[in-house]
Amino acid sequence: MTDTPAPRHIPDRLDKPLSSAIFSWEALLVVIAVAIFAVNSFASPYFLDPWSLSDLTFNFTEKGLIALAMALLIISGEIDLSVAAIVALASTMMGMAVQTGAGTPVLVLIGIAVGLACGAFNGLLVTRLGLPSIVVTIGTMSLFRGIAFIILGDQAYKGYPESFAFFGQGYVWWVFSFELALFLFAALIYWFVLHRTSFGRRVFAIGNNPVACQFSGVRVDRIKFILFCLTGLMSGIASVLITSRLGSTRPSIAQGYELEAITMVVLGGVSILGGAGSILGVVLAAFIMGLVTFGLGLLNVPGIVMSIFIGLLLIIVIALPIVWRRLRQGRFA
Amino acid sequence: MSFLKKLLVTAAFSAAMFVNAAYAENVKIALVVKSLGNGFFDAANKGAEEAAKELGDVDVIYTGPTKATAEAQIEVINSLIAQKVNAIAVSANDADALVPVLKKAMDRGITVISWDSGVAKEGRQLHLNPSDTGLIGETIIKLAADYLPEGGDVAILSASSTATNQNAWIEAAKKVLPEKFPKIKLVATVYGDDDSAKSTDEAKGLLKSYPNLKAIIAPTTVGVVAAAQVVTDENLIGKVNVTGLALPSEFKKFIDNGASQAVALWNPIDLGYSAIYLAHDLAVKKEEAKPGATLSIGRVGKVTLDDTNSAAMAPPFQFDKTNIEKFSKIY
Repeated sequence: MTDTPAPRHIPDRLDKPLSSAIFSWEALLVVIAVAIFAVNSFASPYFLDPWSLSDLTFNFTEKGLIALAMALLIISGEIDLSVAAIVALASTMMGMAVQTGAGTPVLVLIGIAVGLACGAFNGLLVTRLGLPSIVVTIGTMSLFRGIAFIILGDQAYKGYPESFAFFGQGYVWWVFSFELALFLFAALIYWFVLHRTSFGRRVFAIGNNPVACQFSGVRVDRIKFILFCLTGLMSGIASVLITSRLGSTRPSIAQGYELEAITMVVLGGVSILGGAGSILGVVLAAFIMGLVTFGLGLLNVPGIVMSIFIGLLLIIVIALPIVWRRLRQGRFA
Repeated sequence: MSFLKKLLVTAAFSAAMFVNAAYAENVKIALVVKSLGNGFFDAANKGAEEAAKELGDVDVIYTGPTKATAEAQIEVINSLIAQKVNAIAVSANDADALVPVLKKAMDRGITVISWDSGVAKEGRQLHLNPSDTGLIGETIIKLAADYLPEGGDVAILSASSTATNQNAWIEAAKKVLPEKFPKIKLVATVYGDDDSAKSTDEAKGLLKSYPNLKAIIAPTTVGVVAAAQVVTDENLIGKVNVTGLALPSEFKKFIDNGASQAVALWNPIDLGYSAIYLAHDLAVKKEEAKPGATLSIGRVGKVTLDDTNSAAMAPPFQFDKTNIEKFSKIY
């Protein structure tokens, strides 16, 4: 190490050392995406087929929808680990409604409402009781999925109406699925909210310094509460899609989705410490994850190799800006 | 960045080299399993390869997800559809959730059968049961009862609570219990999720909650090993007999040390072999899968489809001190 400790340095902006990397972050992701796309096209004769590419998008759209809201939450310095459990609970409630003969519009409403309610519950616990979000959502993760397990046990809800299948299996135009269209539409909205509104700027500000925000008149708790609600809402929407795609509900539905959504967010360049990130990055990361898993799947690469690959990708991408920063500061000893 | 790109390119190309052989003009049959890295399914793949060799024109694609979830299995099946395989033979993680994607596969002209753990009727052309559900249910109780002439408390340590086949066997076991084994009392059914750590915890919990427990029945290859290890570690050999469905190679040491008197299993090699034969029958010979139809499964014999287009391959086979040595070398 250096012989004298560096003086304590208080930056004007927390994201400053990253800012130059952030500038090219999306560019880096685009390069990666194009590279994977090209490699996939060479490696498998089946990749460049409209239907293959369409099937590919189902690998990430549901998780991607959750990742959009999760990105805002992580930028604000919070996290929600209960999203997959919310999906399971919302799906279970929709399944219950089906048994009483509910139609498609009611089902969609129930799925979204349950998601929103779960998000609000998380938000209340975090903002009113001042509990750390990681603790709260580890708790609600077990709570929500636990309720689903109590209701369903080892049973499954089936018998969703025919028209309900559209959300997870339908196509808006040719090979463009409803799921993909919805994901792109939602991405556009989230991009606008985060990068073009004062609400979005406050989200960044809170992530950088919530105390200073509080003293500047930003209603920190209220914004955090809204973000938790949004994450719950998106989980509810994802629940409608996945339930429709599977045509059935089991309490183990969407197991492990929370980590995959967070992986997308982090891969997309959002700082896990909060205060920095972009929606474009998250969308690109979602596509990259889909391209990698589907491309390797086409080559029948075993799933465990795929996990290793995603893990490596994540570590490299997270380490990159840190290594870059150290190099620039000439402190890479 | 360039390092990352290099890594991507290298990985993808080396993967491509691996499977280039599969691009030949042969019939491609995918053997999709619940999860990779499971001895049972690796043995099934051995049988599948054997069938492919016999049939001559078949390439087997042995694949499956890392996590035993329906969602992960759907991703695998989507990539098989994109590869335009001729047939998919799947052991399902969820009987219902796989139906839409398998319907899509059939719509695109792919033969779909399920084996081992089934798919609902509308999602496949036929299902091959390793054995008969009723017979397995009876066998797992009988394995315990044979060594409990006085009767006593027994408990079941199952796989996940959503596993299609385990649930059916336990249901069948409960049915035969009152008539055929009146002295045996089933006190609990717990779920270890086919996860070693969770199964170990559940087995320990059973021993604590039921001090009079005489036998643990685990109708899953993961659970049975975990339970036998717990009984060994807690010095309960001779007091608690572990039995159920086990792979001989994984379980030999527990037959040897006395933690278990006997276990049973059908032959997974025959199962993988028969699955490929049936897929070939339908995809290439254009046999029709309809109730009452009799289809050939090579050296294993013939199966007849029942009214749900399901067939049973063979009764489970018991392993004990007399034959475990021999079978532990096979699988």
